[in-house]
Amino acid sequence: MKMIYHSWWKWTALVLIFSSIFTGLLLPVPRLAILHETIRNLYFHVPMWMGMLTVFIISVFYSINYLRTGKQEYDLASAECVKTGLFFYAMGLITGMIWAKFTWGDYWSNDPKQNSAAIGCLLYCAYMILRNSIEEEQKRGKIAAIYNIFAFPIMVVLIFILPRMTDSLHPGSGGNSAFGKYDLDNGMKVAFYPAMLGWSLVAIWIATLRYRMQLIDYNQNQVT
Amino acid sequence: MKKISSLVLFLLSTVTAFGQSGQAIEMADTLRRDGKIWVVVATIAVSFAGLAIYLIRIDRKLNRLERVQKDNARH
Repeated sequence: MKMIYHSWWKWTALVLIFSSIFTGLLLPVPRLAILHETIRNLYFHVPMWMGMLTVFIISVFYSINYLRTGKQEYDLASAECVKTGLFFYAMGLITGMIWAKFTWGDYWSNDPKQNSAAIGCLLYCAYMILRNSIEEEQKRGKIAAIYNIFAFPIMVVLIFILPRMTDSLHPGSGGNSAFGKYDLDNGMKVAFYPAMLGWSLVAIWIATLRYRMQLIDYNQNQVT
Repeated sequence: MKKISSLVLFLLSTVTAFGQSGQAIEMADTLRRDGKIWVVVATIAVSFAGLAIYLIRIDRKLNRLERVQKDNARH
């Protein structure tokens, strides 16, 4: 946990994202039908989901640790990770909707990917409501941790597996062109990988800031 | 720092275009080339730099608060 007070990885994250803004908008990309220039959304929309996934994984890690040790800090860390993840979840949904408006003609066209993403969002909103509705600290921590551990695989199935098995119009699903094994473009990796790593690290960073804020609050309450 | 340095970079790039003006009045400086995509790049880069500075400041503030709390706990 000492990592969260170091600054080298935070600077790395900022440099990576900053470089991806330039490379992502300026480097040439493959000319593909339907996608056109919006193929560049790969550098800005997809990393939102990567950031979300990263903090959700960390939150599951701390949920498990909380159940093993019963340390209050782990419960706080896990909850703050979920909150940060929900923010990136919303950003992913909104950026996806903007893209859908100009590609599919509507912000929401009940595509399997969109629908299951919405269900997954509700799943985590339910987590927040559940956690906030329990007053007693240990009970809250336990129930939230168990819920979180079960919610994570369901979310992964909803967002990353189910849409790919049906006729989703989302790039990468159902044979639609996207960055993948069909048209792997080495040039795109220059912007894509730094963006993915950078946004993941920024998501972690925001989660640690939230966690430290909660920790100060928690310590304050312990003293008084 | 990043915001300032990128600003300086863009300002310098217009200076070179200015110096080359001979017969024809050269108006298209760097920011207007390539369908003005550089304007978009500058906008996003500046707004992201702003967000980055914001995050760093929150981080520093938290560092200070944690130090204060640690000191208070000791006394």
